[in-house]
Order: sequence, then structure tokens, then C-alpha cells
Amino acid sequence: MTALQEKPKAAPSKRPVVKRRLKKPSVGAVIVYIAAAALAVMWLLPLLWAVSTSFKEETEASLGQPIHWIPENWSIEGYRTLFERGDHLTWMINSTIVSTIVTVLTLVLCVSAAYGFSRFDFPGKNVIFGAIIAGLMVPGQALIIPLFDLVNDLHLAGTYWGLALPQVVAPVMVFILKRFFDAIPRDYEEAAKLDGAGHFRVLWNVILPLSGPIMAAVAIFTFIGSWNNFLWPLLVATDPSMMTLPVGLGVVSGGYGLFYAQNMAAAVLGALPLLIIFLIFQKQIVKGVAGVGLK
Amino acid sequence: MTVNTEAPAPAPAATTRPPNTKGAKKKSWTGLWFVLPFAAFYALFLVWPTFLGLYYSFTDKSLTGRPASWVGLENWAEAFGDERAWAALVNTAEFTLYSTPPLVIVAIVLALLVNRARRFGWFLRMAFFAPFVVPVSVVTMIWIWIYQPTGGLLNHYLQLLGLQDAAEPALWLQDQSTAMWAVVLTTVWWTMGFNFLLYLAALQTIPADVYEASAIDGASWWRQLWHLTLPLLKRTTALVIVLQLIASLRIFDQMYLMTAGGPDRATEVAIHYIYISGFEGYRIGYASALSYVLFVLILIVSIVQFRLFSRKED
Repeated sequence: MTALQEKPKAAPSKRPVVKRRLKKPSVGAVIVYIAAAALAVMWLLPLLWAVSTSFKEETEASLGQPIHWIPENWSIEGYRTLFERGDHLTWMINSTIVSTIVTVLTLVLCVSAAYGFSRFDFPGKNVIFGAIIAGLMVPGQALIIPLFDLVNDLHLAGTYWGLALPQVVAPVMVFILKRFFDAIPRDYEEAAKLDGAGHFRVLWNVILPLSGPIMAAVAIFTFIGSWNNFLWPLLVATDPSMMTLPVGLGVVSGGYGLFYAQNMAAAVLGALPLLIIFLIFQKQIVKGVAGVGLK
Repeated sequence: MTVNTEAPAPAPAATTRPPNTKGAKKKSWTGLWFVLPFAAFYALFLVWPTFLGLYYSFTDKSLTGRPASWVGLENWAEAFGDERAWAALVNTAEFTLYSTPPLVIVAIVLALLVNRARRFGWFLRMAFFAPFVVPVSVVTMIWIWIYQPTGGLLNHYLQLLGLQDAAEPALWLQDQSTAMWAVVLTTVWWTMGFNFLLYLAALQTIPADVYEASAIDGASWWRQLWHLTLPLLKRTTALVIVLQLIASLRIFDQMYLMTAGGPDRATEVAIHYIYISGFEGYRIGYASALSYVLFVLILIVSIVQFRLFSRKED
């Protein structure tokens, strides 16, 4: 996520090339545009096909019917039956709750830890930091068996906390935040401290206001990661009323059988929340991926 | 992107960092209080299960809750002799082998295209990356629908192009010989966007004068690609391949949802078999031993990654 910080450098050196290319579009450039546009549309076809199917009547959407990209009879039947069944909304709410808990806790815990590591020296610091760095390499998926057992013992199975808490441990976020905090000059804090601010005030009034972009990146990626997590909620939420969206769609909706319009309506609604988030935060997300570097 | 670009300065703030910060710090317990909440979570949900899993692998612990007893190396011996476990590892390797090349090559090609097509860059970026933020079950729902033998989009177009006989439609997910490829195609569509963005970011850090210099030398576009661009992308490619290896070793969701490991276990992968042993066979002890084998494999790849990329971080 450090790419966030690189922006000012990358642009200037590029500019001359861009100008030249925009001035006289060569045959090659036109071919590049056509190829890229064609591929992009092709890449979107599966999503468009889902949207198209979702607005058909079940009879038109069913197997063996001729393929129409534009529905012959537009219908929101699929969406209506979906809402009448109601579980989709439940899963959406569950996903929102779980992802919000995960995101908020991750931010609070990781920011606090990163601040501690960045600004203080305390006994055992290197040992603890080393242990957290080692955690960067531990594959969570290989720990599901003991983790499940642990959550069971804590009587958290099938609860929001059981779904959320194990997802909060994100060493990589501590690392990213610490690196960012390290780069913030200490002069500002010294001034605040002279005014009598305590450590919390310094964190809240000095560090955090300077860390907007990196905090946004951490929050967005944590939210998306948690929202799309499948294996853990599959294990913990066995009751349909506690399922998250991906699990509910995968486990329950898979059983809708041949109601493809309804099925694709569920798929479209399932894709929508994060697609909207992606469109809103496109810049941050693209930069965040670009700076993935460490993990 | 930080991995392969040393040159661009980090945050503007970093350059103004005062040189004598080290001396200002005093050892005290204050910092520990800031670190402690995360450390507690970390210990409970990551460190503890890591050791708990190792311990379980030496017991016959069961999901049914009956008291567990120590069985020594029995689980481990069984795991190494378990043909189904080996088959699952082979399937995992097969998936990795099939999916990694397209995930690298398609990403490079598209990144090169989009890097040149600047005007609609945002639309192209969005189109190629969008599937990545779609939940896995939505992805599999759509692709199961596309793969339907009769009435599915894929067979429809194959027949239209005369590549398939309508009387013998391909079964895709239900055919042992094509199921893995079908899952691979879906995965490439779903996750390629991430690699694509990595490459795009890397391309955009290559300074223009590098190309200008070689253009003066009369290098053609192809020569530039082979002798300039691709070598400059080497580090990104190494990163992508390592990340791909780690992700592939952990693969589970798509298979579980699209084929349930079938047909005839042709797409049963490592995590899936662990899941089956633990949650369908109730054998926590045995599943823990299996997990640890996978754990070590992933750890090895991760350490390679760490060594490859951490030297850039100091």
C-alpha cells in the first residue's frame, strides 16, 4: 500500500510520452484501443449475462431456450421472489455487521499497535514485533481446524463475534501502518507534547489526521477481504439465519435448482455492494493493490 | 509499487524525517499498552491455534467431543500413506500448473495494452479488475450457469462457431477431463485483475526516458518489449508467481462450490480434503496432521517470498 506515497514521483517523467501519443494516433495506437476495448467488453460478458438473465421471466431464462442478450419480456419476477424469500436480505445484513466489526476492530487494534511500535521503546518490543512479522507467513487457511475448535470452546460458534474475531488478526496491517507512522516527522508531536497533550491525544490529533489515505486503504481492504471470506463463515455459521452473503448464496441459493432468473438476480444483488464500493473507492483500491509489495 | 521500485521516494514526510529520533526514545512500559490489545488477539487467534493444531495432530481428537488420547505419530504416518491425501495434493499442484501461466501472461498482455491506451484507462482498469471484488459464490453461480451443458452460454457459442456438435455437448464441470480446466478458467477470470493491476503499476514506474533512449537507437516495439519492458517486469513476475503459488496451495472455495471436489474427486484439493476429514469425518486429530503438511508447504513458499522481497524493505 505504499504506492499511495509514490504518486507524486511517477507522473512527471511520464508526461512527454503521453502528449506525443495523444497528438497523432498511429495505426498501432488505434489497434491497441480496439483490442483493449474488445477484451474489456469480453471480460464483462459474464457479469452482463447474469444481469440479462436476472431480468428475464423464468420461462425465458430456463435451459434449452434460445440465447437472448436482451430479454424478450423484461421482468423483475426473479428479484421479487428473492425478496419474498427474505434470506438474501438477512445475509446481506449479517455480512455488513461482520465486516464492520472486523474493519473497526482491525483499525483500532492495528493503529494502536503500529503507534506503539513506531513511537515507543519498551521491554520485549523486538520479540513481540518479531513474532508478528513471523505471522505474515502463517497461512490462516491451514489453521481452520484448531481455530474452529477454539471458537467452539469459547462458545462463539454461530455468533457474530465468532465470525468476526478470528478475522481481526492482520499482522500485515500493523506492518503497513507502522511503516507509515515511522515516516511522519516527530516535530509535530513534540509541539503537541509541549502543549501538554498525552499519548492518546498525540495519536488522535497529530498522527491520525496525517494518515487519512493509508487508513482508508487499510479499512477498504479489510472490509472487502472480510466480506468475501468464504471458508471461515462456512464453518462457523451453519444456521442459515447467521450466514454471510457468500456462504448463503453458495450453500442455500445453490439449491434453487433451475430458477435461473432468480438465481442470477441473487448473483447480481450479491455482487452489487462491493462493486459499488469499488466504484466509489476505485483510486484507493487500485493504489492499494499496486502497493501490495509485502504480502 | 514498493516491491520492484526502489527509486521513487516514499512519502514526502519521510524525506523530512529528523535524523536524531532514536535518541529521543526512552524505554518505558507505555508503548506496551498500545501494543497489548493487538498482541492479545494475535496470541489467541493465531499463535495459540498454531500450537494447538500441532498438538492435536498427535492425538485422536474428534469433533464429536469424546475425550482425546495421545496417539504419537499415528496420524502423521497415516497422512503420508493416504492416497486420497496425495491425490488432493496432486490436484492442487495441477490447478497451480494450469492457472499460473494464464494468470501471468493474460495479466501482462492486458497491462501492456491498457498502459498504452491512456484515454479510457479508467474504464479498462475497471473492467478487468471488477470481477476481483465479486464474492466467490456469485462468481461460481454465474459460471455454473455459463457452463450448463444444454442452454449454457459457452456451449451455445461453441456450437455457433461449429466447434462443438450440438448432439454431444461438453459437460464441463461434470466431466473428469474438463472439470479442472473449467475451474481454472473461472479463476483466471475472477482473479486476473489483481495481477493486472500489479503489472500496470510496475509499467507506470518505468521512466519514459528509458524508452526514448532506445527509440533513438531505433529499437522496434517488439525489441523494446523483449529487451526492455519484460526484463524490467521480472521482479513483479516473481512476486506474482509466488503470490499465485501461495493462493493456489490454499485453493478451496471455487472447487467446493462448483464441483464439490468431483467428478470422482478429480478436483478435490488439499484444503477440501482437510475439510472433509475434519468436518465430515469428525477426525480433528487426523485433519490437523494433514493441515500441518500443507502448513509447512505454504510456509516454505512464504519464506522464499519473504527472502525475495524483504531486502527491499529496510
